[in-house]
Amino acid sequence: MTKPDMMHNKSILRVVSKLLIPPIMLFALYVQFHGDYGPGGGFQAGVILASGFILYGIIFGVDTARKVLPAWATRTMLAVGLMIYGSTGLATLIMGGNYLDYTVLTGNVKTGQELGIFLVEFGVGTTVTAAMTTIFFTFAGQREDDEGTENPTQ
Amino acid sequence: MAASALVMVRLRNLFAVAMLSGAFSLIAAVLYVVMDAVDVAFTEAAVGAGIATVLMLSTLGLTKQEEKIRAGSPLLALLIVFVTGGGLLYGTLDMPHYGDATAPINNHVAPRYIEKSGAEVGPPNIVTSILASYRGYDTLGETAVVFTAAIGVLAIIGRSRRKKMGAPENRPEHDREHDREHDHEHDRGTA
Repeated sequence: MTKPDMMHNKSILRVVSKLLIPPIMLFALYVQFHGDYGPGGGFQAGVILASGFILYGIIFGVDTARKVLPAWATRTMLAVGLMIYGSTGLATLIMGGNYLDYTVLTGNVKTGQELGIFLVEFGVGTTVTAAMTTIFFTFAGQREDDEGTENPTQ
Repeated sequence: MAASALVMVRLRNLFAVAMLSGAFSLIAAVLYVVMDAVDVAFTEAAVGAGIATVLMLSTLGLTKQEEKIRAGSPLLALLIVFVTGGGLLYGTLDMPHYGDATAPINNHVAPRYIEKSGAEVGPPNIVTSILASYRGYDTLGETAVVFTAAIGVLAIIGRSRRKKMGAPENRPEHDREHDREHDHEHDRGTA
């Protein structure tokens, strides 16, 4: 049902997904940076952003999607997100506070907490986006390879 | 919700089961909205109904669409399900009613979060201040779990894929070129 070769030829799907993907990504950014005021946060934003890439991968094929978001990029993002989170904690430790006590980042409760939460949520979003796309592309890539070996003339 | 769960048990077509489990998650998300837990509903809708369904479908692409009929009696499995479900239901009898003001959960740390999180942390969304600030360690742990899951998938499936790429003998020319592209990707990935 999600065979990329089949999906390539469906012009309605192609056009609709092309129209949908930019708003999906914009919405992900909104959820990411508006998490302080409304529902949402890094985790949800990461999943939504990843779903944009996954939709692209389903419609246009994993190899095309991999050109947009290559394997090295998702792997780096995967690690960098967690490191942003962890090193925010280390920074607060170095600046004389407890681990992940954001107030010491600027010395002011309001701005310090805001900066800390922003950094931490950004880290979560980065890791979740990378994790979801990695898992999907690994599974989907697997299938394309299997098809290739079963039916080499394709 | 119960109807979709029962249909899922009866169906043998796994594609329909995957779609129904997505619908199940969506109804669960609506339930969370009704209970005023919008953040949880958001996550349920995005992960349960969205990504999980897509992952199920991509896994289905690797296997067959129909569930195999197992030999042997399902009575033991049914018994375990009933005993576990009965135990869980029995456990809920002791729980306080939903929205009970005297329930322990509403008298422990929740009042402090509601009263002081504005001054102590700042964001108007208390859920965000709990997740990212009060419970920062937990969220760090959760992020590590997501990271580990992706690493696990890469370690298990990502490697077998590369091995397959290393043996392109009996395949036509354009397929082998395809492989070379992939190998480049892997080189960059490991560099």
